Amino acid sequence: MSINWDFIINSIPLYEKAAWLTLKLAFWGILISLVIGLICSVIQYFKIRILRSIVGAYIELSRNTPLLIQLYFLYFGLTKLGLTLSENTCAIIGLSFLGGSYMSEAFRGGIEAVSKSQIESGLSLGLSKIQLARYVILPQAFSFSISSIGANCIFLLKETSIVGAIAILDLMNVTKDLIGMYYQTFESLLMLVIAYLIILLPMSFLLTWLERKVRYAEFGN
Amino acid sequence: MSSEEKQPLLEIKDLYKEYDKKMVLNDIQLQINKGEVIVVLGPSGCGKSTLLRCLNGLEPIQGGEIKLRGKSLSGKDVDWQKIRQHIGMVFQNYDLFPNMTVIENILLGPIKVQKRDKNQVLMQAKELLDRVGLLDRIDAYPRQLSGGQKQRIAIVRALCMNPEIMLFDEVTASLDPEMVREVLEVILGLAKQGMTMIIVTHEMAFAQAVADRIVFLDAGNICEIAEPQEFFTDPKTERAKQFLNIFQY
Ligand SMILES: Nc1ncnc2c1ncn2[C@@H]1O[C@H](COP(=O)(O)OP(=O)(O)O)[C@@H](O)[C@H]1O
Ligand SMILES: [Mg+2]
Repeated sequence: MSINWDFIINSIPLYEKAAWLTLKLAFWGILISLVIGLICSVIQYFKIRILRSIVGAYIELSRNTPLLIQLYFLYFGLTKLGLTLSENTCAIIGLSFLGGSYMSEAFRGGIEAVSKSQIESGLSLGLSKIQLARYVILPQAFSFSISSIGANCIFLLKETSIVGAIAILDLMNVTKDLIGMYYQTFESLLMLVIAYLIILLPMSFLLTWLERKVRYAEFGN
Repeated sequence: MSSEEKQPLLEIKDLYKEYDKKMVLNDIQLQINKGEVIVVLGPSGCGKSTLLRCLNGLEPIQGGEIKLRGKSLSGKDVDWQKIRQHIGMVFQNYDLFPNMTVIENILLGPIKVQKRDKNQVLMQAKELLDRVGLLDRIDAYPRQLSGGQKQRIAIVRALCMNPEIMLFDEVTASLDPEMVREVLEVILGLAKQGMTMIIVTHEMAFAQAVADRIVFLDAGNICEIAEPQEFFTDPKTERAKQFLNIFQY
């Protein structure tokens, strides 16, 4: 069997476009996940009544339903209720809904790792609870949880391969289309793997670098 | 002396404290005047740390009263955030914030809590850093400092809040021996300037040198209050004698 190089070269623009779309969805998904995660973990940290239970329920729901089902619900289910969202919006909401709980758990772990003496040290300076969270607890928690946050980012990037299920022309769907039209199965799949590697490897390096940068809190204070 | 100066700066009356129904401090009576240095001695677990923590509201008390300048610190409507600005505390484990540089550690309280002018605080901070010999480490992160340096910075951080009283909880207990001195000298310097202090320590020579009065605590009770000379040469209670014997080596 020989590799059809012409086909590969011709397919590059399609993959490029799909890769950008995948990146865009992942970018927004990750960003919003981080915001949701942060808010949820702060609510849990401050033990805010009612909101705390809502957050708990959300985390259970989000972690115990597959992304595919969440996407179907958003895309097909909500349409039946008269609420039609674009494919991309659904994908971003789906990724954020899933990622938010994972990020929240990562932050929570980091917050719990901040030592009691750090907190008392802040209190004895007269810091309010909010100032304490902002200047002492969250920066350190972030540093403690950076590796799980990184793992979650990679996880969410990989999960984007599912959004093809709601008719988005992402890498997965482009590949399926090309296989369907030209029967160039091997070449198409090879391109798919390469495209994901091109996205994921730099991301991975970036995260490792970031991790090393913000690890200050772990070096014996 | 005017009547205001005669009023004790800090007054502890009938203080009672328990953890999970277990008594930790009982019937504590103590008055601290402005400029006075109290050293609290006692065996491990006798309640020294707890006493200091009660004084700045890190632990609630179950009985008695604490007064700062005649104002009660008991009850629900006490604004500890405000009171803590007047009571500086330095702990055993150098608790500088590792995510901030030395100067950021120092400025946090004065600027964010007290809302003071940054330039003015910066000047004060530099002067204090200079005094403890660490002006050149102003932009260092805590992880780049030795234990003794960290404790001196922690003292400067507390001082920059312009507290009326400083609490020290075994601030040299985690230090390598060669660093103990540099920290104790800073505290001695403060005593000379008339800072009011309550110091928990196991450094007996230092205690004798710095204290106006020694408070000997045992099993949550004050056994003895005496001038250092008297306490170290002629302790009145059997418990204090036993305690001092341990340090004879
Ligand atoms: N958070 C806590 N919960 C329960 N018991 C405590 C707590 N902190 C201290 N204790 C107990 O209170 C007593 C006094 O402790 P502490 O004030 O730390 O003693 P010291 O500083 O003199 O060594 C000890 O018996 C200790 O076990
Ligand atoms: Mg102690």
